[in-house]
Amino acid sequence: MNRDWSELSPILWESVRETLYIVGVTVGVGGALGLVLGVLLYATRRGNLLQNVVVFTILNVAVNVVRPIPFIIFITAVGPVTLAVVGTTIGNDAVIFAMAIMATFVTARIVEQNLVATDPGVIEAARAMGASRLRILVTVLVPEALAPLILGYTFLLIGIVDMSALAGYVGGGGLGNFAIVYGYQRFNWEVTLVTVLVIIGMVQLAQLLGNWLARKALHR
Amino acid sequence: MAALISFQDVSKVFGSGDRAVRAVDGVTLDIEAGEIFGVIGYSGAGKSTLVRLVNALEPVTSGRLLVDGQDVTALGESQLRRVRAGIGMVFQQFNLLNSRTVAGNVGYPLKVAGWPRDKRAARVAELLDYVGIADKAKSYPRQLSGGQKQRVGIARALATSPRILLADEATSALDPDTTQDVLALLRRVNRELGVTVIVITHEMDVIRLLAHRVAVMEAGRVIEHGPVYDVFAAPRERATRRFVATTLKDRPTPEALDRLRHRHPGRIITVGIRESGVDVTAALREHGVDGTIVFGGITEIDERPFGSLTLELTGADGAVDALIARLRETTDVDDLGTAGVRA
Repeated sequence: MNRDWSELSPILWESVRETLYIVGVTVGVGGALGLVLGVLLYATRRGNLLQNVVVFTILNVAVNVVRPIPFIIFITAVGPVTLAVVGTTIGNDAVIFAMAIMATFVTARIVEQNLVATDPGVIEAARAMGASRLRILVTVLVPEALAPLILGYTFLLIGIVDMSALAGYVGGGGLGNFAIVYGYQRFNWEVTLVTVLVIIGMVQLAQLLGNWLARKALHR
Repeated sequence: MAALISFQDVSKVFGSGDRAVRAVDGVTLDIEAGEIFGVIGYSGAGKSTLVRLVNALEPVTSGRLLVDGQDVTALGESQLRRVRAGIGMVFQQFNLLNSRTVAGNVGYPLKVAGWPRDKRAARVAELLDYVGIADKAKSYPRQLSGGQKQRVGIARALATSPRILLADEATSALDPDTTQDVLALLRRVNRELGVTVIVITHEMDVIRLLAHRVAVMEAGRVIEHGPVYDVFAAPRERATRRFVATTLKDRPTPEALDRLRHRHPGRIITVGIRESGVDVTAALREHGVDGTIVFGGITEIDERPFGSLTLELTGADGAVDALIARLRETTDVDDLGTAGVRA
């Protein structure tokens, strides 16, 4: 066993690095696009700043269609698109492409739901000061909802770690792939357990960091 | 002189068809530069909507609304933004940006108006000093009391030196002491800076203490308006009388009157006390009638005396009648009669 781990631990750390890369890029790209989409989803709703039935309906339907697709099916279903854009359907970049799309739609809903709770009075105050709608969205709406947004993004991050593990099954690297190849396929339960512990550790850290940042953002 | 704000048959309808609600219904009203104009009404009377038409937070449905000579019903969004920037607004729930410090909140409208950073900082310091919370510049709204929050709200509303300040129930969420402080600040803003203030409230006390003129709203209509003193002295509409009764409890209620009659068998009258009224004690002496003050209250409205005294009169019937006739020459007298004979 010990000899086993001296071989495995470099691969484990490489897998951790890969997972961090996949999750990082996905959260960065999907999180940013999702923020834009989520703000639009919120703002185009009836009675809000950019009220627009057509845009809202299209966005809303798109989010509702994409989000419930199980990720393992989604990643294979977008295969042709991935092939066209990335040039391959295996490897981390291909996986990131599919994950970023899913993350965008998931984020959009998370962002929208957190913005709904924003006090409309604050938006009215900004309008009364003569601020433009775009300025209000960027400088009032998002900063005012920052604390719940941080918690939402923490939730997203953990969901993406989960997604990345699944992606390990269909061509991606990282901890998911490590657990499957060295644990599941070799009947090595210990490897699976260690992988689980590493993932729990990463998720805990992310949650602690998220909670701390959200508390800071509340300015109590 | 043309009015600073002129409502000309202005209506505002929310929704359409069967579910249409006329929040503001055919209002014609002039608000002069430099005055404090109060709008009072119960909730749902349309007063908050009325004030939101002034800075076009709500578009007018029909009629003309001139603000500083400009018809705001004819302006596009970008022009409206410029109009809004020239009108300050204070809210019941303060509506401060919780993500920004006090200084950040006061500086926000300046940022919107495109002020450079250094000029902004100087103006913010000046404003915080004016409203008396200079020491709170780096605090966040959640760390402040209600009164402090409203001071920030007022400083923010004044940031761009507007000519008009809209105060929507600005003191309704505050305790009585803090309410006095904030009213004093609004009075100072009006007097020292010459800002025209429109105060929306459901509290007649706020009108009494602050406004020069008042409009009473009910079901979207202005049912009565005029100088505060006159409206208090001679309220015409039932709603107005009810508002006046909430702030001045100088006249005995029917129950209190029954108790008074029990204790005081003589003739009871209520004499209105006005700025130009007769001296009641001098009149009593003149007619040889004894008067005992049994109820009453005198306060100031618009810095002029206002109220009433209820007296029990004892003396010869003729003398008492002559006294009442004398008092009626200059003020209103309510003859409540004696215990047995109600006048």
